[in-house]
Amino acid sequence: MELDVVLLSRLQFALTVMVHYLFPPLSIGLGAQMVMTEAIYLRTGDRRWESLARFWTRLFAVNFAVGVATGIVMEFEFGTNWATYSRFVGDVFGSALASEGIFAFFLESGFLAVLVFGWDRVGKRMHFFATLMVFLGSVFSSVWIVIANSWMHTPTGFHIVERGGGPRAEIVDFWAMVFNPSSMHRLGHVLLGAFILGAFFTMSICAFYVLRDRHQELARRGFKLGLAFAAVSSLLMLVSGHSQAVALAHNQPAKLAAFEGHFHTGEGATDLYVMGWPDEASETVSFGVAMPGMLSFLVYGDDTPVAGLDQTPPEDRPPVLVPFVTYHVMVGLGMGFIGLTLLGLFLWWRGQLFERRWLLWVFVGAVILPYVANQAGWVATEVGRQPWIVYGLLRTSDAVSRSVPGEQVLGSIALFSFIYLALMALWVFVMNEKIKHGPDEPPAEEAGPKGERGSLLDAASGLAEPSRGLMSEDEP
Amino acid sequence: MSGLQILWFVILGVLLAGYAILDGFDLGVGVLHLFARGDRERRLTINSIGPLWDGNEVWLVTFGGALFAAFPEAYATILSAMYLPVIVLLFSLIGRAISIEFRSKRPSRAWRTYWDVSFSLSSAVVVLVFGVAAGNAIAGIPLDADAEYAGGLLDLFGVYPLTVGAFAVATAAMHGAIFLYLKTEGELQARVRGWMWRSFFVFLALYALTTGLTPVYAPHAFDNFEHWPAAWIVVALNVLAVANIPRAIHHGRPTYAFVSSCCTIAALVFLFGMALFPNLVVSSTDAPSLTVASAASSETTLKLMAYIAAIGAPLVMTYTGIVYWVFRGKVRLTKESY
Repeated sequence: MELDVVLLSRLQFALTVMVHYLFPPLSIGLGAQMVMTEAIYLRTGDRRWESLARFWTRLFAVNFAVGVATGIVMEFEFGTNWATYSRFVGDVFGSALASEGIFAFFLESGFLAVLVFGWDRVGKRMHFFATLMVFLGSVFSSVWIVIANSWMHTPTGFHIVERGGGPRAEIVDFWAMVFNPSSMHRLGHVLLGAFILGAFFTMSICAFYVLRDRHQELARRGFKLGLAFAAVSSLLMLVSGHSQAVALAHNQPAKLAAFEGHFHTGEGATDLYVMGWPDEASETVSFGVAMPGMLSFLVYGDDTPVAGLDQTPPEDRPPVLVPFVTYHVMVGLGMGFIGLTLLGLFLWWRGQLFERRWLLWVFVGAVILPYVANQAGWVATEVGRQPWIVYGLLRTSDAVSRSVPGEQVLGSIALFSFIYLALMALWVFVMNEKIKHGPDEPPAEEAGPKGERGSLLDAASGLAEPSRGLMSEDEP
Repeated sequence: MSGLQILWFVILGVLLAGYAILDGFDLGVGVLHLFARGDRERRLTINSIGPLWDGNEVWLVTFGGALFAAFPEAYATILSAMYLPVIVLLFSLIGRAISIEFRSKRPSRAWRTYWDVSFSLSSAVVVLVFGVAAGNAIAGIPLDADAEYAGGLLDLFGVYPLTVGAFAVATAAMHGAIFLYLKTEGELQARVRGWMWRSFFVFLALYALTTGLTPVYAPHAFDNFEHWPAAWIVVALNVLAVANIPRAIHHGRPTYAFVSSCCTIAALVFLFGMALFPNLVVSSTDAPSLTVASAASSETTLKLMAYIAAIGAPLVMTYTGIVYWVFRGKVRLTKESY
């Protein structure tokens, strides 16, 4: 049997990049929480914020390490599996990747050491500076990688040169490449997605502590900070998502049509499917619930018809089912984040935030949702770009390594699947251990205005964790 | 061949040397890790590189990015030619990272032993694959007319590449042992002294073997010395640096020994570049090799990246300096340690 190298390579890339993308958004989002937590500690001098910051740092370190390990794979996979693509884009893509290494990774990994191991080695301000630099590094990293990826969706600032081995794209205008039509929209979207994830992550853990009556003082503070940040980010996400869809109608109409299950252009205003199940064979949407004229209104502000898939030649059309479903999942979850965080803010304002136990349980579990939304969004945008790897220039089917046999790709997929499953299981296990261990309470006399209260809390949390005293010997 | 192309060949050499020197010692510590006895010693060896290994690995990431950007043809050919070895390398890098990260997270003895073995094995495999890759680069691999790899998996594991691979492992072990000597004290340090000596002699033997095999398997590796006889000075300095390692150890000056082993590795990377230039991927068939000129990106990109490197280099030096300064001195186990 002849193995389909293109399909296998796509599967492998999807597997490795989706597993990788479990970690970086948490690094960015949790990094933002750490910067804020530590900034509040610096301003107020309240040791409880320091305890919380130290706790987040421990979780961050585990997540960051796994993110780096899975990220190195991505960098070399372009060459191993997509050699033809690498030859085609290297001149343009490479400078973004090299900038990421020089400007982002060195900054991140250098100051990460100070962030994680330096609490008692450097001063408070220097430590805060290191936290800030690690956060900035992770943001820079997303900047360059999103620029490189956006160039694959909306290539600009290049020309095509014929060479011995085939054509390749060469850069003519660096800034046009950096500020290609989709890069800044997508960057904002990616960062907000990470901020929402980070905030839901901290809220989940804090809500759990509140429910279990552990670390109450710390957890309530952490939860409120996360909630406020998540609410702001979710609302901004609405603006970001809208601007992206409008730009998409202009830049990649076929992708927007796939997202919306919009097969036939038709006359007059285009409807917007709130939900449904597209059928590519019959070019219809089953079980569709549509808002009349809404898509035209959102994109153009009037009833101009939005281009359907029929405007794209059949061989250049993306698949519809996967982009449609993932896109709608993402949008639905985005609306859910707004609803959930606004409800939280309302109850906070009424002073009942920590009395609704059911809502806290919802927040404990809700951390899964931003993960799903982040993944779904990426699947939608990348599958929506097909059949192109570089939109309009290079087809995915022409981009694979010619010298790599299918058996080897199959073998590496098997290995990746095994290792990544083990890796994720370990990540969950170690994170869970750290969360069960919890933050170390600040020294009693400094914890609150009255020493008695702090020490009672300490005693309570000590009772809740009988193994804590023993663990601290071994536990770093 | 333009000046910018040569500049990028040199920059890649510098990045590779930086990577080999810096990650070299933490990989070497990994290779030796299982010789440490008991949990405390093993925690000390891991934590001697604890805050540093991650930053050291960034040199590899940057080297990869720079190779992709400056010489995309070479990046594509090398990585797709060495498909499975590179995948194994990536697995080992993952395995290493998670071994360091997870090892001390549970008190269970079986848990820790498992990660100890995983850490040591993956470190050794990483260095071995790099050595095999370097050996193949020097000796040449079969290419077709489109500069695609024309060989099979087994063609990559000839005598010469495997010898260079073993040599790389020994070099890292020696380098790591000297670093560990600097970072430890007391009983552990006394034993590390033994590791230093033993790994040095293994290194010396494999160095001699590699040097002896090179004219047999890669006679073209010496061509450049005819054009630039001045390069023999680096060979002479290399010999002096190697000779200074046992001398410095003997006189109880480990810092000098470490500087000497850094210089040795830098000289080896230089010799590697001398053996390759002006090729990036030597062809062992009739098809032309990929050269600095034929594999390069456009002049615009090379120039652009030269600016990026010029802005980035001082920043990188600053961060690296800060981290090594903050974590100077003997390794101590604290609450935040691995």
